[in-house]
Amino acid sequence: MAIDLSMNRRRLLQGAAALGGAAAFGGVLPRRAFAKDFTVGFIYVGPHDDYGYNQAHALGAAAVKKMPGVKVLEEENVPEDVAVEKTMESMITQDGAALLFPTSFGYFDPHILKLAPKYPDVRFEHAAGLWNDKMPKNIGSYFGYIFEAQYINGIVAGFMSKSKKLGFVAAKPIPQVLQNINAFTLGARSVDPTITTQVIFTGEWSLAVKEAEATNSMVDQGADVVTCHVDSPKVVVQTAAKRGIFVCGYHCSQAELAPEAYLTGAEWNWTELYPKFVDTQMKGGSIPNFVRGGFKEGLVKQSPYGPKVTAEAKAKADEMKAKITSGEFVIFKGPLKDNKGGVAIADGADLKETPEGNPKLESMGFLVEGVLGSTG
Amino acid sequence: MAAPAEQASPPVAAAPIGTGVAAKGSVRFGAAAEAILVPIGALAVSLLLFGLFTAFAGVSPLDVYYNLANGAFGSWFSIQNTLTRASPLILTALCTALPAQLGLMIIGGEGALVIGGLFATMAGVGLAGAPPIVVQVGMAVVGMIAGGLWIALAGGLRHYRGVNETISSLLLVYIAIAILNHVVEGPFRDPKSLNKPSSPSIGDANLIGTIPGTEIHWGLVLGIIACILAYILINHTVFGFSARVAGGNVRAARMVGLPVGKLILITCFLGGAAAGLAGMIEVAAVQERANASLIAGYGYTGILVSFLARHNPLAIVPVAILLGGIGASGGMLQRHLGLPDAATVVLQGILFIVILASEVMYGRIALFKKKEA
Repeated sequence: MAIDLSMNRRRLLQGAAALGGAAAFGGVLPRRAFAKDFTVGFIYVGPHDDYGYNQAHALGAAAVKKMPGVKVLEEENVPEDVAVEKTMESMITQDGAALLFPTSFGYFDPHILKLAPKYPDVRFEHAAGLWNDKMPKNIGSYFGYIFEAQYINGIVAGFMSKSKKLGFVAAKPIPQVLQNINAFTLGARSVDPTITTQVIFTGEWSLAVKEAEATNSMVDQGADVVTCHVDSPKVVVQTAAKRGIFVCGYHCSQAELAPEAYLTGAEWNWTELYPKFVDTQMKGGSIPNFVRGGFKEGLVKQSPYGPKVTAEAKAKADEMKAKITSGEFVIFKGPLKDNKGGVAIADGADLKETPEGNPKLESMGFLVEGVLGSTG
Repeated sequence: MAAPAEQASPPVAAAPIGTGVAAKGSVRFGAAAEAILVPIGALAVSLLLFGLFTAFAGVSPLDVYYNLANGAFGSWFSIQNTLTRASPLILTALCTALPAQLGLMIIGGEGALVIGGLFATMAGVGLAGAPPIVVQVGMAVVGMIAGGLWIALAGGLRHYRGVNETISSLLLVYIAIAILNHVVEGPFRDPKSLNKPSSPSIGDANLIGTIPGTEIHWGLVLGIIACILAYILINHTVFGFSARVAGGNVRAARMVGLPVGKLILITCFLGGAAAGLAGMIEVAAVQERANASLIAGYGYTGILVSFLARHNPLAIVPVAILLGGIGASGGMLQRHLGLPDAATVVLQGILFIVILASEVMYGRIALFKKKEA
């Protein structure tokens, strides 16, 4: 016993010596950042390889990494509290970041709003925030009308469904999620007006167990195509594939998780937008403070069709995608009923997606006719 | 958590190290040296193991140590970063450490933090218009009462109904989160919070602000004061003595007429009040409103802090700073070395296991024993 423990003590001493040596040696290690590089920081609320919201941003970051003279910093799993403030500041003061992409919605208020005035030379680009002209000018908010792609998902789902029952696994009943549920349903019902979409809200952005339960229960009730709006669609896609039904993706492509069951998906196109932003900022130009757009502006895109999608479905989907891109077709257009029998959008009115943002669209609170479920 | 909970009971009873043999001065010195050197040794071993781990991941351990040291304590900014992150951990650790004196393993500090934050926000919004100091004190009192009652509930279930407090306090976390979500998405929702359901703001004027000359909010000071008070309560009052007796042997405590039920309820209340105060500070120093951002896991990290500090309130402060430092430098590991975020979780896990394992070293190291002879 004594020998054993003295060994332990020796090991402790060795450890301490090694630690001291490391600290001393560490002091002379060169700093890794190169001053001449333009440094861009990306901050994610979850894992960067989540097959979802964060991965879509990380793909954008990967595109920026390929640009010459740009250094990219990435940090994942950063909570929406003082941690993100410190991460942003650390990127600015310790690594010299000049442009930040704090990508989670909850980073905006109060965290980015608090830091932006303190670092007026740093540009903060935030996804989904609602910048207005009373806020600091070095903040920009950008987002895509991804429900346009969910409408196309709906068309493909409408053609592929035999049971005429679709499923939608949703996180929270907030405007951005409702837009997607409604667009998906409208797309499907444009193919066959008898189609219904069962929606299940899990209550959290990332809750794998409930997402799997929701998917399973919808399959049990007869749904044969599902899609979702949660941070990581991975569980929904895999569960759907395992149960032998079709699935439409969201955020980024999940095709490799379910090559046969994957029909298509609504994807962010950050790989195209972020290099543009970085380029503008590097050349001393100014990124607009408020950027919104859909297919037309190249902010969202559609996953390539899966092997099972029929030619008929592809043709219709491509046709409608072209019409949405040209502005000829508006998805949320009256007369439109909600799922309680009331009027969602009156005849002649619409909730058109516009580059300067449409307040009525951004505060959507209804579910359209054909959606089974409620927001409250 | 069941295994550590069972194991933890004996060392808890022996909290002040060396009390049993305090008669001899030299022994006392040995014990004090032991109390400092064993944890430092454990820390060094943990870092060594973590270095091995990162070496397997293809990253030089020297780079890792450099980034850890630099990110946590390398500059004034890093130190402030570390201390800011440590401040909620100090209070949530007390939520585990105080009931631990009675041999209770409470792991539901997260729930008390969430409930404390929520009710503090309600108080803050309700007191709108009053002078900031009134609003702040009101928020703190309400937050502490709410958090205190939340954990006292787990204590009460244990005492009156025999429900395992470890399980009940953990399950109460889920209930607390459900209540928070329901309230901020329904009756207490600011209609302007479209895509992130939140309560109304308590107002900029009511924020508690930072310590002058720093960017560290006052939560750190409140946490340290709470730890000192807890230390005095446990080690220098009749109440604390009774609690430790009951923690050592409940039947003996009952035999000598100690009010065990009352002790459990009050201690749990105080622990919950500390976590509730952490929730209040999150709202009043950082978030300005109650929403899902309150659920950041500080309650769970607090359990780790409490165990690493061997449930000693004074030791909680340096341990929380250590873990705050790991949090602060974790970003550096990701950004500069390309390690995943999970690397910091691995480091925390290694620390936890090595420190628990190092408990067997107490009283067994020949160097300290020689002095005893």
